[in-house]
Amino acid sequence: MTAALPLTRKDFQTDQEVRWCPGCGDYAILAAVQSVFPELGVPREKFAMVSGIGCSSRFPYYMNTFGFHTIHGRAPAVATGLKVARPDLEVWVATGDGDSLSIGGNHTIHMLRRNVGLKVLLFNNKIYGLTKGQYSPTSEIGKKAKSTPFGSVDRPFSPLALALGAGATFIARSVDVIQPHLKTTLRRVASHKGTAFTEILQNCNIFNDGAWDAVAEKDVRDDNILFLEHGKPLVFGKARDKGIRENGFDIEVVTLGDGVTAADLVVHDEQHPSPAYAFMLASMDSRPGFPTPVGVLRAIDHAAYEDQVNEQVQQIVASKGKGDLGKLLHGPETWEIK
Amino acid sequence: MSTSTATAPPEAPRGTKREILESAVVRFCGDSGDGMQVTGSQFTNTAALFGNDLSTFPDFPAEIRAPQGTLPGVSGFQVNFSSTEVHTPGDSVDVLIAMNPAALKTNVADLRAGGILIVNSDSFNEVDFKKAKIKSNPLEDGSLAGFRVFQVDLLKLTKAATKDTGLDAKSVDRSKNFFALGMCYWLFGRSMEGSLRWIDAKFKGQIAEANKLTLRAGYAYCEATEAYQTAAYEVAPARLPAGTYRNLSGNSALAMGLIAASERSGLPLFLGSYPITPASDILHELSMYKNFGVITFQAEDEIAAVTSAIGASYGGCLATTTTSGPGMALKMEAIGLAIAVELPLVVVDIQRGGPSTGLPTKTEQADLFQAVFGRNSEAPLPVLAPATPGDCFWIALEACRIAIKYMTPVIVLSDGYLANGAEPWRVPSIDDLPAFPTKFRTDPEGYKPFMRDPETLARPWAVPGTAGLEHRIGGIEKQDVTGNIDYEPLNHDKMVRLRAAKVAGVVADVPDVVPAGDPEGDVVIVGWGSTYGSITAAMHALRAKGHKVGHIHIRHMNPLPKNLGEAMKRYKKVLVPEINLGQLAFILRGTYLVDAISYSKVEGKPFKTIEIENKVLEVMK
Repeated sequence: MTAALPLTRKDFQTDQEVRWCPGCGDYAILAAVQSVFPELGVPREKFAMVSGIGCSSRFPYYMNTFGFHTIHGRAPAVATGLKVARPDLEVWVATGDGDSLSIGGNHTIHMLRRNVGLKVLLFNNKIYGLTKGQYSPTSEIGKKAKSTPFGSVDRPFSPLALALGAGATFIARSVDVIQPHLKTTLRRVASHKGTAFTEILQNCNIFNDGAWDAVAEKDVRDDNILFLEHGKPLVFGKARDKGIRENGFDIEVVTLGDGVTAADLVVHDEQHPSPAYAFMLASMDSRPGFPTPVGVLRAIDHAAYEDQVNEQVQQIVASKGKGDLGKLLHGPETWEIK
Repeated sequence: MSTSTATAPPEAPRGTKREILESAVVRFCGDSGDGMQVTGSQFTNTAALFGNDLSTFPDFPAEIRAPQGTLPGVSGFQVNFSSTEVHTPGDSVDVLIAMNPAALKTNVADLRAGGILIVNSDSFNEVDFKKAKIKSNPLEDGSLAGFRVFQVDLLKLTKAATKDTGLDAKSVDRSKNFFALGMCYWLFGRSMEGSLRWIDAKFKGQIAEANKLTLRAGYAYCEATEAYQTAAYEVAPARLPAGTYRNLSGNSALAMGLIAASERSGLPLFLGSYPITPASDILHELSMYKNFGVITFQAEDEIAAVTSAIGASYGGCLATTTTSGPGMALKMEAIGLAIAVELPLVVVDIQRGGPSTGLPTKTEQADLFQAVFGRNSEAPLPVLAPATPGDCFWIALEACRIAIKYMTPVIVLSDGYLANGAEPWRVPSIDDLPAFPTKFRTDPEGYKPFMRDPETLARPWAVPGTAGLEHRIGGIEKQDVTGNIDYEPLNHDKMVRLRAAKVAGVVADVPDVVPAGDPEGDVVIVGWGSTYGSITAAMHALRAKGHKVGHIHIRHMNPLPKNLGEAMKRYKKVLVPEINLGQLAFILRGTYLVDAISYSKVEGKPFKTIEIENKVLEVMK
């Protein structure tokens, strides 16, 4: 059935049985996406959800839009082809830490480098779920998993730091269970031109339960999470009494009071001219004593790849004239045989 | 042996009497920096414009510039041009131009007894002998006694010709190939006009001037040197079917075929590709044709090349990806996805020597198994193979038509020899091209993603953006008709058989084979791909000697033509020459229980006509 605008959450639900484990963080992400999509004013048929392989990549089956469940790691490349061919579509990519950072790492960095207009939702649960519990490229050192019974020795990626290194024009982070924040973030993702790269901290309650408790559990998270707001100082803590202050080339956590005021703190700037600022935010969570920043870390304007590709084609058509197949077949020189 | 050594053109009478030849094979060989490919291409274009039938064989090393003067650095270009029909670049060479001792050493074995050998004597010195690992001077040790040797100081003569241009020594050195080209134009009484025009278009200022002076000097040098008056030939234009002709290489033909398919289907063309020898030229060529609305995407790797094309196909483009064998291996999982989701896709494999990196610039036909069988599980798809450089155009069109009609990926197996080889090609009128205007599904009424056309078993192509047709596809097994995820045993069995039946049904679009030569007899030579020329020439030669020989050339490798089994049975013996270890022979034996005799050669170069001729005589015994 054709769905008329305005759409509702129901318009984006499919009749397919959702096959994630009960209690999985993916349900919360699905609910948030299904509630934000109707707000965007985009006809349902203009959405295409593309995914790779893994638990997160089942996402398209549960969205009543166009959807393509591809192969492991390749969603960014499939989506790039689709977006370049069809810039009129809203192309979203659902992926996971194994899918996009391990087997599909190359496509991820090149999608970011090109700034293809894709909305990327990276479900980061720091584990391989669908293959039943191996450590992933975001698992912490020492992770005991099926394939690392004595603990992993691999250093983990920070997905957002990696994205910045690849030239990302938009990076954001949110948490599966903090629904209002997740929805706000998704709205920002939807409005970005170019690659909107979003890390969603997601709990795998079967193979890596509690991996994000410090930032997800209501009773402790306020001391560990830093909600970023453009133009506002970096303040966190249950009592909102802690902040981030510049210290030479580095930053430090300070407690407000005793002469330290909000005016001494770093003010968040999504459009900071240096990506080093966003890199500092992206890697903050790996430092003891520092909070995990969530929200939009960086959002800068840059032409989207698909627009540039298609504009070039139009320019060449305008300057050379529309291609003439007959002339092409004849080539530069011909001769006649009678 | 007649020898001429000269550093300046002496006086000589004009008005040469030329010996008429039916055909001639000329090979230019030298260092990979000596411009042999340019020289050969120019000579070829001139022969084509003159009206000769022709066939070329460029042969160059994988290294861009191997150390100068060494054996691995030798690059060659062979052209067979004729007043009659030509099928191959020629078994042996009539005129060999060797720019240095390494080129002479690696090529002289192909020069026929009594053939003309032009050597750049400037390069025949101790230093260059050492680089070529030659112990004695071949110009003095009698090893060239069976040939007509002309020694020319190419560098000195080029310097003399360009002394007024003020060009530096290095640039002068790079002009010397035009001296050799000018000489060859004189030897065969050809006009220099085409090449002079080309030089003006290609080069600027001093360099253009120097190249033109050198070309003219080479021509004048032969004209004025008495010794060459006995080496003046004429090869009359060929009597080809009436029409407008152009010279065309396989990769150019493929690129044009894809553009033609885009126009005839009404779909924009998308190429996802990653640079790889010998396929890159298709990417280069299509990226020039953006005014045809072509989108070329140089992907980050082979996998992104094919998967971006799958994404574009999902969006409603005519999508293609071009590569060679190693790239094919990387694409295979994605091709399996295209099979599973039943989206049209054209995958072009320009085969080269393997395995692994193998021989990047040399030809081979050893990806047939990879194309037909090289995916996990039951994953059939149509496979097509062009027979000649010009046929690459028609095969590209046909591949696109089948891909869209049957909603399936299609593999085109060309090879390095077809890709770089060129032949005169009769330019078709646009009306002669098949038209296959493509319609997407737009009607939501009764739509199911995996419902099928009862005749072709193709599913509907419903592109994103079509209201009411929102649906999900994926590589996971899907339920018949609805496309929903389904792991039921019987459903899987049904889907495996449906996908196989759909591809098998493509045979409805495959023309029956019509053997060339004798329709029944002693031996049928069954070939595919670029062996077409050698087999055709061998078949003609054998029949001229009274043997009953037929030739079946397969262009549709999967599914095979309906009457192939029947057609082969009309001969006592079936011989299958291939540039691999018998892959088609294996398939024919498995498919038809026919006693196909494999004839293999895997040297990175095409069969010689005489090799096939001798093999046929051997199996006839």
